[in-house]
Amino acid sequence: MTVDSVTDNQGLRLERVHICLGDRVLVMLDATVRRGETLTVMGPSGSGKSTLLAYLGGFLDPAFTASGRVIVDGVDLTALEAEKRHAGILFQDPLLFPHLSVADNIAIAIPEDVKGRKQRQQVAEAALEDAGLAEFGDRDPDTLSGGQKARVALQRVLVSRPRLLLLDEPFSKLDANLREQTRQLVFDRARRAGLPVVLVTHDEDDARAAGGQVHKVDTA
Amino acid sequence: MASGVRLARVAPPLTLAILLGPLAFGLAGTTLPALGYLPELGGESFTTAHFSALFEVPGILRSALLSILVGLATTLMALGAVAAFVASDLGTAGFARMRRMISPLLSVPHAAAAFGLAFLIAPSGMLMRLVSPWLTGLDRPPDLLIVNDPMALSMMAGLIVKEIPFLFLVTLAALPQTRHVETMRLGRSLGYGRIASFTILLWPPLYRQIRLAVFAVVAYASSVVDVALILGPHLPPTLPVRLIDWMNDPDLETRFLASAGAVLQLGVTLTALLAWVGFERMGALLVRSSRQAGRRWRRDMVLRVGARSLMMASALIVFGGIAVLALWSVSGLWQFPDALPADFSLRSWIQALPRMSGPLATTLAVAGLSTLIALVLTILCLEREYETGRGRGGGALLLIYLPLIVPQISFMFGLQVLSIWLGVDASFSALVLAHLVFVLPYVFLSLSDPWRAHDRRHDLIAAGLGMSRTRTLIRIRLPMLTRAILTAAAVGFSVSVGQYLPTVLIGAGRLTTVTTEAVALAAGGNRRVIGVYAFMQTLLPFLAFSIATGLPGLLFRNRRGLRV
Repeated sequence: MTVDSVTDNQGLRLERVHICLGDRVLVMLDATVRRGETLTVMGPSGSGKSTLLAYLGGFLDPAFTASGRVIVDGVDLTALEAEKRHAGILFQDPLLFPHLSVADNIAIAIPEDVKGRKQRQQVAEAALEDAGLAEFGDRDPDTLSGGQKARVALQRVLVSRPRLLLLDEPFSKLDANLREQTRQLVFDRARRAGLPVVLVTHDEDDARAAGGQVHKVDTA
Repeated sequence: MASGVRLARVAPPLTLAILLGPLAFGLAGTTLPALGYLPELGGESFTTAHFSALFEVPGILRSALLSILVGLATTLMALGAVAAFVASDLGTAGFARMRRMISPLLSVPHAAAAFGLAFLIAPSGMLMRLVSPWLTGLDRPPDLLIVNDPMALSMMAGLIVKEIPFLFLVTLAALPQTRHVETMRLGRSLGYGRIASFTILLWPPLYRQIRLAVFAVVAYASSVVDVALILGPHLPPTLPVRLIDWMNDPDLETRFLASAGAVLQLGVTLTALLAWVGFERMGALLVRSSRQAGRRWRRDMVLRVGARSLMMASALIVFGGIAVLALWSVSGLWQFPDALPADFSLRSWIQALPRMSGPLATTLAVAGLSTLIALVLTILCLEREYETGRGRGGGALLLIYLPLIVPQISFMFGLQVLSIWLGVDASFSALVLAHLVFVLPYVFLSLSDPWRAHDRRHDLIAAGLGMSRTRTLIRIRLPMLTRAILTAAAVGFSVSVGQYLPTVLIGAGRLTTVTTEAVALAAGGNRRVIGVYAFMQTLLPFLAFSIATGLPGLLFRNRRGLRV
């Protein structure tokens, strides 16, 4: 822990986070992730690293018991419901909503305080343009390529103005060259937005690209 | 696959003929007399006179409108409760509990659930007894019209508690085809409340899958007879009840009027369905405008608690009703404010059983045979679908649902006319065929999902071992799907046991079942006898489902891979 993280409350603070299933301790973590930095949690499948993300997002199954605190920019999220946490998530799949157009997939994430249809539309269009998908707003998300879908999913989570970003192996289903591009894009945008990032993965390359602290979770 | 199961080739056309034949002939047999053509009764020329006569019947418009209202309100409430509950509690322990509690309700026949509700809420019913005289000060039943109220509220309640389990299970069956866990998480991480996440993100694709089942509920509730006879209004009754009255009129001329009425019923149900499509549009518009404004609806607790309570209430009402039915069937003296009978006796059962044995035998035989035929046809159809890779489209699904969406009464009337004309009315085989029209769709819907989900690699391995398709079917697929097949059989069996209208019309009063006998008792109001019949009506499907869940465990007690 560095000296200024004690005085500076910006970023994500994980305070003595313990997650257990029965007597088995799955995750034991104490860390500070500053804005734009990434904490990578590595471990094989079944090791509980996805449980950590569920905990941070507010979706922990009641079968688990957790203690500790999650604080972002001085706000304690621990007791908040998922819908009040503003924790952005990227899953393995882009998970675009099949019944909405590409633009609507992004518009749906824009916070409520952006009022007026025109303005919300503009925000969505700007986000599409930023992803190099300016002409794709009216398209059916199913007609996009894998890389395009991943970019839409990224823009969707960014326009929601999250406090932190949770990445659940978001690159594992992409093929090799697309994976490298997408990785760069995600970390670049997270840095630009000044978001603390928690990445769970079993891929060493992800950890290297993220460039931050690495926490290993073992199978018990 | 060069050689398939040979018998399977004839199954799809045969199934379609069984589903659509009665529908087409029935509708024709209804429409012709409605237009004046029924030579046996001297109707030789076409005329619109019967429709003119129909519209001059006092209160006919009110009856028709009431039926539309019942259809729409029932579906709206039941579907609303189910959707809001799934949105609110999906993935929680309470959800799993509710699932276990609600599922058995599906097998309870509509008539039995309606009697149970009547026994609970009537002025001298269980609820009033529980609060009398200490709270109400009453020592005789109040003079209130609760059951058979003119607004049909109790009838709607009776339908809602029975349609909730149906819509709930249909929704549960469609859920695995969506990415519901991640979608709900995504919605909530974007700041949307649970109900909003569900409504905006999951409901549109989900609703598309259950839409035909919802249509079936609209159609059923707008044309139901048995529940209306038990709980529905009297002055005037809903349209289908008036049709039955005319049908049973000794004056044969009234048949023309009844037929014209059955055509009107077709219009009534169609109107209800069109109105429902209007509701769909409105709902979609509301969801869209909320979505476009990005409204988060985080405070949805009231709605969530409301939905949970409605689901609980539906379960409690059906279970409580059955318990009260059972209690009445063994009660001796039971005066009004007492919450329990003064003494118990098996007299009602002893008196009823000898008279019940005939109807009971008919019930079991018709249910058993129609279920067996439905099962064989369904398996062969699915096998044919597997071999050819065709027939799982939306069109095929619509055809299967069609007998459940066209109002029973509108084509059963015509079938009755037809069966009299052919001289097969009140024959056992005609009755089985009439039941099959409704048993077959449910058996098919129940078995098709597990059948299609079955791992094809087992079939490929069997083929690689040199087994023929027929042998693979008998030795590999059917045994592995034993549980699903037995469940489908139990579903078919309970659908048949619950059939009222086809039995009354095709059985023509000479072939009766436990259900027709029970509904016939409604007017008499002897609670002990009603208790016996309605309880028996509940017991039969319950036994079928017990066998369906228990037997595989016994058969496969040494096969861990086939346990649930």
